[in-house]
Amino acid sequence: MTEQVRLDVLPYGDRALLVEVGDTPNVVAYVDALRAAEVPGVADVIPAAETVLVVAEPGSPVGALRSALLGIRPDPSADASSDEGDVVEIPVRYDGPDLADVAELTGLSERDVVDAHTGSTWRVAFGGFAPGFGYLVGGDPRLHVARRTSARTAVPAGAVGLAGEYTGVYPRESPGGWQLIGTTEAPMWDLDRDPPALLRPGARIRFTEVGS
Amino acid sequence: MTVRLRVRAPGPLSVIEDLGRHGTSGIGVGRSGAADRASLRQANRAVANPEGAAAVEVTLGGLELEAVGGPALLCVTGAPCPVTVDGRDVGAYCVFPVPEGSVVRLGPATAGLRSYVAVRGGLDVPEVLGSRSHDVMAGLGPAPLREGDELPVGAAGTAYPVVDSLPPPSFDGPVVLRAVRGPRDGWVKDPDLLVTTEWTASDKTNRVGMRLLGAELEPVDARRQLPSEGAYRGAVQVPPSGEPVVFLADHPVTGGYPVVAVVVDEDVDRAAQVRPGQALTFRWVEAP
Repeated sequence: MTEQVRLDVLPYGDRALLVEVGDTPNVVAYVDALRAAEVPGVADVIPAAETVLVVAEPGSPVGALRSALLGIRPDPSADASSDEGDVVEIPVRYDGPDLADVAELTGLSERDVVDAHTGSTWRVAFGGFAPGFGYLVGGDPRLHVARRTSARTAVPAGAVGLAGEYTGVYPRESPGGWQLIGTTEAPMWDLDRDPPALLRPGARIRFTEVGS
Repeated sequence: MTVRLRVRAPGPLSVIEDLGRHGTSGIGVGRSGAADRASLRQANRAVANPEGAAAVEVTLGGLELEAVGGPALLCVTGAPCPVTVDGRDVGAYCVFPVPEGSVVRLGPATAGLRSYVAVRGGLDVPEVLGSRSHDVMAGLGPAPLREGDELPVGAAGTAYPVVDSLPPPSFDGPVVLRAVRGPRDGWVKDPDLLVTTEWTASDKTNRVGMRLLGAELEPVDARRQLPSEGAYRGAVQVPPSGEPVVFLADHPVTGGYPVVAVVVDEDVDRAAQVRPGQALTFRWVEAP
């Protein structure tokens, strides 16, 4: 059974179109379907929280692209955690300063929070906050928590956090308001590596627990 | 020994740019590249380079380069400015040789904001993610030029320059940017203010974007928040202050404020030549 995703294509200048797909799991499904369809004339695809910005190749009219984008049929029931493709494993020490708060907010024990976080395969939905940062979705819905009421001025690189339906890893020290549950030593961003980002849109991610 | 250009003075801001990066937005790194791509292409064509060869983008003049290890062939386009070789006037929009040991100097731009200095063979600095562009936003690519830097010049291609001078485009006169309405024009009370206001470029202008003064585009609902959306060069984003920002080459990959209009791609090059304090207007056009 597949539920039809409602698509809307909005103007975005003479070189791009903004596709509204509703929510982040639909973004992941739409980008999967768009890549599979190999639509000609597409130069770049920039997924975000509820939309996908599609940039046309120079000389490729956006009018023609518009109908092609409306014709893409994403299948959100193709589970975000399906086993296709390689899974990137990220070892995490679950020692974050907000682990107890997350347990309280979710009504789970700290042990359950860790088990829930490591218990499913996440997908990278989109990036954009900083080079190498990815918003991951598809995890255990019991982990949905609000951001912290006040943001920290400095979150260390490698901090693993939760916010809303997302989990993510800070690629470098930056301000941030996510609930921090752990730390990883896996470098998220390394310009001497190809590709430099560990988390790329579409990638499948599994967190594993390492002892402290 | 390869030919190099030694930086004797960088001026207020000189950076190396080509036509930018492809396909890196998903990992949070934008396109970047020359703010005025048309002028970069023109300079490269004049010295028989591929259009996207790396060149120096010079903001408001002041750059001094010395040819080291051999002679170089240069052309300056973009914002017109006085150009001299060892004090002798050669002018912008001309192809000119710089003998080994000679110094080329760019005076203050007389109109426009950014000049481009292309050298035959291109600047052969290391690529980062497939481009030699400095990106202010992502903080990568070759660093802004400093006194004493030596920029290696690449091998010239088999093509030879065919012209000595180019017709300079006019950077005087009123600036009218064509813009397509949307995608989030419904998020402000009066999106037509964009085309009925004479805007002034503020001094908060850099390679990331140009902030405009002149009117406030009031939000329909100040409490409503837009989830992050992908952004593109030319987007006119309206932050809570109501003062619009036109995104330029090093814009963020995604943004959380509504984009009420997007400047036609070709006109973004013109936008990148608007000086702080200069007036500009917008005109609605239909999306093609």
